Amino acid sequence: MHELSIAMSIIEGAYREAMIRGGAQVHAVHLKLGPLSGVVKDALLFSYDLACEGTPLDGSELIIDEVPVVVYCPNCETDQTLVSIQRFCCPTCGTLTPNVVSGKELELVAIEITDGGDVNRPPNLSFAEAAL
Amino acid sequence: MSTQPRLVEVRQNVLKQNDVLARLLRQRFEDAGLFVISLVSSPGAGKTTLLEKTLTRLRENGRRVGALVGDLATENDAARLARSQAPVKQIITGTVCHLDADMVQRSLDEWDLNEFDCLFIENVGNLVCPSSYDLGENLRIVLMSVTEGEDKPLKYPTIFNTADVALITKMDLAEAVEFDLPGAHESIQSVRPGMQVLELSAKTGEGLDDYLSFVESRMENRVAVGR
Repeated sequence: MHELSIAMSIIEGAYREAMIRGGAQVHAVHLKLGPLSGVVKDALLFSYDLACEGTPLDGSELIIDEVPVVVYCPNCETDQTLVSIQRFCCPTCGTLTPNVVSGKELELVAIEITDGGDVNRPPNLSFAEAAL
Repeated sequence: MSTQPRLVEVRQNVLKQNDVLARLLRQRFEDAGLFVISLVSSPGAGKTTLLEKTLTRLRENGRRVGALVGDLATENDAARLARSQAPVKQIITGTVCHLDADMVQRSLDEWDLNEFDCLFIENVGNLVCPSSYDLGENLRIVLMSVTEGEDKPLKYPTIFNTADVALITKMDLAEAVEFDLPGAHESIQSVRPGMQVLELSAKTGEGLDDYLSFVESRMENRVAVGR
């Protein structure tokens, strides 16, 4: 269970980006999550709310876009979406393939902020350490 | 002043800090001519036993080897590995269930990497969390023991997918626990087609020579994987 430390990293990253852009408040954080990231969606959502407590992101929403694993099939010569990560084979022709095109994402895609923050105020991230 | 939230695109990897650090480590290892292997498995699959044998045998072959070993609490593993006479350092992670690049970097502080040919990093026993963290290693080996059951790869596909080689350990117990060896190979190939698999028993020495030859040949070739 490392979702709590992942949640802390998301909060830090989102807060830093919000500060740089003069955001006064972060309302939502958009994350892209692939099955091969090793991170579990439900555990992350649970950890996120916990980790947000007492930080400037308290009350913000984590919106997770789960993306599938895409592999390259050497037989069909195209990218194919995997049906199950327990079986790395082309859904069209059944050829086994280890060539992962995407599916490892753990990406902070976007943040929803309201303006009014001071761009010149350096981000204070000590809250993150305190919360850990 | 607008009160309506606006959407701002950020696009950054959440583990960017770890990935940047891992890249720097990999470069540092390469500059020192050092080959780095990490071991991952569930608790009790036999990482420490295998590593103790590996360090002892590679030292006998004149290889300059060392090991970092991650554990939640005790220094028992480092004490066991120290019996090989190789330099060993324990990384106590506290409540953290995996190693990250920063822990590896900090634990290397007092070592001159030029004095090693090969460094082993034994991760915390865990088949989930270590898969997310690049440690700068050249080769990641995942161990599964025959006592765990042949469908382990299907239960933890991600860790098998991020590893380069799989070892089936405790082969001396295979018969006693009625281990389905073909089924295990099938499970591994299902989650990581083409993966190299070696079978061994660190206790009886079965398959150990093949494993050590494999490690030494990879060490000599220094075939880095672009993780």
